Amino acid sequence: MNSAVIVFPGSNCDRDLAEALRLVSGRAPAMVWHRESELPAGLDLIAVPGGFSYGDYLRSGAMAALSPVMKAVTAAAERGTPVLGICNGFQVLTEARLLPGALMRNAGIRFVGRDVALKVENSQSIFTARYAAGEEVVFPVAHHDGNYQADAETLDRLEGEGRVAFRYAGAVNGSARGIAGILNAAGNVLGLMPHPERMVEPAHGGTDGRRLFEGLLEAVGQPA
Amino acid sequence: MKVRVFVTLKNGVLDPQGKAIHHALEGLGFAGVNDVRAGKLIELDLADGTGDAEIEEMCRKLLANTVIENFRIERAETAGSLGA
Repeated sequence: MNSAVIVFPGSNCDRDLAEALRLVSGRAPAMVWHRESELPAGLDLIAVPGGFSYGDYLRSGAMAALSPVMKAVTAAAERGTPVLGICNGFQVLTEARLLPGALMRNAGIRFVGRDVALKVENSQSIFTARYAAGEEVVFPVAHHDGNYQADAETLDRLEGEGRVAFRYAGAVNGSARGIAGILNAAGNVLGLMPHPERMVEPAHGGTDGRRLFEGLLEAVGQPA
Repeated sequence: MKVRVFVTLKNGVLDPQGKAIHHALEGLGFAGVNDVRAGKLIELDLADGTGDAEIEEMCRKLLANTVIENFRIERAETAGSLGA
């Protein structure tokens, strides 16, 4: 699997994500700096990592969404290349309008950093094929702005089209309908606040996140 | 030309920061605070003659996230009127 990790000033989960991809696919991803206007050819996955891109100035992800590399990411997403946005990456994808809705300040105001239980809502996507629908998994969260909000019509559409990929099993940040991760209409873009890349080897305290990357690997024709 | 852009959360969008400020005001003993909504004020110094349409585009493309926020543009009547 040929993958790329986008790196913004202020990204801080880029190396965790690169290590998870290397571990699962056996190939290190290309690290692509935000100023690049082109991505490496033949990518099977573009990963947008967590962190505090551009210091979260104005709104989390707002500045990163306008960086040169995001034009290339948007074009690739429109061509069907899988794009995974984790935490700040999810915020960037909503600001870039690759995913609907917005991520607001947590309802409890405070930063939340702990392991949380998630329910896999859709096990049919390229990202979740190795999970069972309704299965509960544990990923860590570490965010201040993870409170997913969209208008009722958008939320209904996401639910109706099976685009809610993960839902929090308990209260975490005030997200509308407990949404933790969503897919775009075509199913090739996933954004989620929890960190699957921090649950890929036993030393992490669990390996529930590993199957997300294994499923992707399988989807691009190179089973783990 | 000085322009102020007020970015506020749309009605119905829960405002965690406004709520915390509300609680803090109550904690200080201020009675009768019915509601608090927090927003942003962005001051722009623009070339004279910058049109409304262009300022609105700035708001839509960057200054506000129209999924959750509204914006209001206020032009200063005279240069310098934004001073303290």
